[in-house]
Amino acid sequence: MKFKCPECDGDIEAKEVIEGEILSCGDCGAELEVTKKKDGTFELKVAESEGEDWGE
Amino acid sequence: MIYDRIRTEEKELINAAEKKGVDLKAIDAKELHLTITEPEKEKENFGSVTIERCVSHFRGLHVTAILESKGINVINPYSVAAICGNKLLCSIYLAKAGIPTPKTIVAFTKEEAMKAVEEIGYPAVIKPVFGSWGRLIAPLKDRETTQSLLEDREEMGNPLYQIFYIQEMVERPPRDIRTVVVGDQIVASIYRYSGPDDWRTNIARGGRAEVCNLTEDLKEMILKAARVVGGGVLGVDAMETKSGIVIHEVNSTVEFKGAMSASEVDIPSKIIDYALKLSRN
Repeated sequence: MKFKCPECDGDIEAKEVIEGEILSCGDCGAELEVTKKKDGTFELKVAESEGEDWGE
Repeated sequence: MIYDRIRTEEKELINAAEKKGVDLKAIDAKELHLTITEPEKEKENFGSVTIERCVSHFRGLHVTAILESKGINVINPYSVAAICGNKLLCSIYLAKAGIPTPKTIVAFTKEEAMKAVEEIGYPAVIKPVFGSWGRLIAPLKDRETTQSLLEDREEMGNPLYQIFYIQEMVERPPRDIRTVVVGDQIVASIYRYSGPDDWRTNIARGGRAEVCNLTEDLKEMILKAARVVGGGVLGVDAMETKSGIVIHEVNSTVEFKGAMSASEVDIPSKIIDYALKLSRN
């Protein structure tokens, strides 16, 4: 699957993705979350950054 | 399952459900809005049991409260997540049940926190009452550094950082013991060694895992700790001290990646089985 990084427009390739998964852009290093569009296709959005209440 | 980020654990839970032919619906908490004034509304979107796996503690906790108000069984229940998400509450429950836990004193101003540290003696540890992955946990080695650290904490905006949770620094080997408990069963137990550049043993901080064989006494103590916070799917953390084992934490949204690879136990499958059992009750 091919994506464009929403931060730097770099090309991102991923074999198999699932919704909610985090990819990082090889060009700019941004953390990107896989989300599903209404038409069922995937897109990448900049992921939430680590919050103070994250983790177990 | 409610999530806000798919980590290895969530992926494995989805896979485990698929293998068992269980209809697991993964729902992103970030894409939810829930009506709390109409308990019956949106109820059908969630099965009879929901596994709450949010990486954000407060998000998960509040989603749990709402789902429970709609009559949905949540793993773990609100009360369990609330206790485990707060180190102070967790210590209270452990201590009250007579489970050995490190000496802990809490203060609400930096002056009293200083007194607490002196009472415990150096080295001590300061921890925020919420939060995790070892974030903002600091060793207190002498009066000067403690003083400046407490002043820093006072400057931090979040009022929860003004609850100074001070604990004795337990003398232990550079490892602790993480045990995953599912219901009334211990499913896996590992040693977590601190990473090369850190004293904390969190896998999220680069710690590594090795399988641990528990003694019968320790098994009993761990199951008791899981029980006193209310039970469910939990990560119980213990440390080996000169005077015996202490339990310092019970975690609610347990990260089991390290335990799973070191122990080779199919932890997600056990969690799904537990959820199925709850849905039948």
